[in-house]
Amino acid sequence: MPGLEDLYREIILDHYRSPRNRGELPTPPAHKSEGFNPLCGDEVVLYLVVEGDKVVDVKIGGQGCSISQASTSMMSAAVKGKTLAEARQLISAFKALMSIHESKLEGESDGADLQAELDGVALGDLEALQGVVKFPVRIKCATLAWNTLQQGLDEVSVPS
Amino acid sequence: MSLDVAKIKLDFPILERKVHDKRLVYLDSASSSEKPTAVLDAMDHLYRTSYANVHRGVYTIADESTQAYEAARAKVARFIKARQTEEIVFVRNATEAINLVAYTWGRTNLHEGDVVVLSEMEHHANIVPWLMLAEERGIVLRWIPLTADFRLDLTSIGELLRGAKLLAITAMSNVLGTINDIGPLARAAHAAGALVLVDASQAAPHLSIDVQDWDADFVAITAHKMLGPSGIGALWARRELLEAMPPFLGGGEMIRDVRKDGFTTNDVPWKFEAGTPAIAEAIGFGAAVEYLEALGMDDVRSHEVELTRYTLDALDDRLGEKITIYGPRDVAVRGGAISFLFEGIHAHDISQVLDEDAVCVRAGHHCAKPLMRVLGVPATTRASFYVYNDQADADALVEALAKAEKFFAP
Ligand SMILES: Cc1ncc(COP(=O)(O)O)c(C=O)c1O
Repeated sequence: MPGLEDLYREIILDHYRSPRNRGELPTPPAHKSEGFNPLCGDEVVLYLVVEGDKVVDVKIGGQGCSISQASTSMMSAAVKGKTLAEARQLISAFKALMSIHESKLEGESDGADLQAELDGVALGDLEALQGVVKFPVRIKCATLAWNTLQQGLDEVSVPS
Repeated sequence: MSLDVAKIKLDFPILERKVHDKRLVYLDSASSSEKPTAVLDAMDHLYRTSYANVHRGVYTIADESTQAYEAARAKVARFIKARQTEEIVFVRNATEAINLVAYTWGRTNLHEGDVVVLSEMEHHANIVPWLMLAEERGIVLRWIPLTADFRLDLTSIGELLRGAKLLAITAMSNVLGTINDIGPLARAAHAAGALVLVDASQAAPHLSIDVQDWDADFVAITAHKMLGPSGIGALWARRELLEAMPPFLGGGEMIRDVRKDGFTTNDVPWKFEAGTPAIAEAIGFGAAVEYLEALGMDDVRSHEVELTRYTLDALDDRLGEKITIYGPRDVAVRGGAISFLFEGIHAHDISQVLDEDAVCVRAGHHCAKPLMRVLGVPATTRASFYVYNDQADADALVEALAKAEKFFAP
């Protein structure tokens, strides 16, 4: 049986207790997007400032469990300063990280295609969230921030 | 304690189960209760010996199935002290019971500007059907607010009820545990010309209820929270109301005659039971209320009062500064659902850590988002008791919480 230590790594608890980039930004120039998990009430608020093709500033808000909030904090630190393309690559890599275990369980794939998504992407602290996949109910907690980021990037990329 | 819980535990096979090698400590009965052997056997027996569709065949086992199904209706009627068995309509759950009222009585009697009074402690099941009518035809909702000690604030009840067509209210909150005194409220509503719908989803499992004493017009109950199976519940309504209401779903069973150009409806309650019903589930429901009657609802209540007091005290002693309880402290006016916030630890993390010790508690908004907004909290942890819980279960909860605190301590 996976233990609690697999889920609540020290680095996760650290991000939960001291979230990075917490705050708000004026809109515009920032773009605000919000993500909700209607089942558990977790909430992620994301402010993105994109200049050219770069995410130059990020602030986060919201509330929820340690996994959703730590994942949001880690996401904010990971995408700040990245290009839009790099940020999207991170999203794919993170989602691959979250689904490898599941798809192996379901026998859909041996995970090789997902591993390809991960290759060459430096996940850093984010790897600590890998333990979440052993607790399938909590995967949606970890992915909420990333879905919100994806939504935010899609919205800023649409020429208005 | 007034119940022999050690003996009762033996009636619930699931309680023999281990989770993560630990004894299962089930503290989520407000969400759904576990089932005694008597209920499992009643359903199994039907399937093995008499199962056939009801109200249709003339052969022996069809008649046996029908008799058992109708006997279950009589047991449920007796349990809530309905005057007539025909006042019990079998539905899927409390949600369907309330929707049935909203669709049939509501769509006949509620028009633009008509007022329905709810309370701030309602479950979504007793909110959304009325919001749907508000959207569809512009009915107006008024809300009875809460006091600082999590009870109904009745200061302005006269004004709230003035001109109202319906008071739709829970008899016991699934979040706060608060028991509402329905009788006086119903009389005030009637004096104002309103009918009264009582959501007894939480009250029926834990209190001796009497629909006459309540002076209610509609009462919704749901079997799975009161030791019965899921998929069955009941709407009780005064016979005149049921007679006057148009049917809900159309199909077999609910008709007397069908021609190419029309139909006539069956008598109540079958007029509201279109299609093949949940036959075994209804019979399981009957067995569940018989089991509760054998325990005695007064003893069920006093057991829960004692256990709730014990737990509130234990939480206070061990974790007092860390825990905020949302619900009345006076056990005389509350049931055994205890909702709380743990300082610095989110409800989902609490319930995850408790699962390590096989302690099952609920985390979230408990399908009462308007209430959560009033309380100003996004989610709480809720532990809730039933007849098979004892002080050892309460102790397991407190120990597991103390462990969670250690785990998350900075
Ligand atoms: C007070 C209250 N009302 C209604 C319901 C809905 O019950 P069901 O899901 O069985 O329809 C519940 C169950 O959670 C409840 O606690």
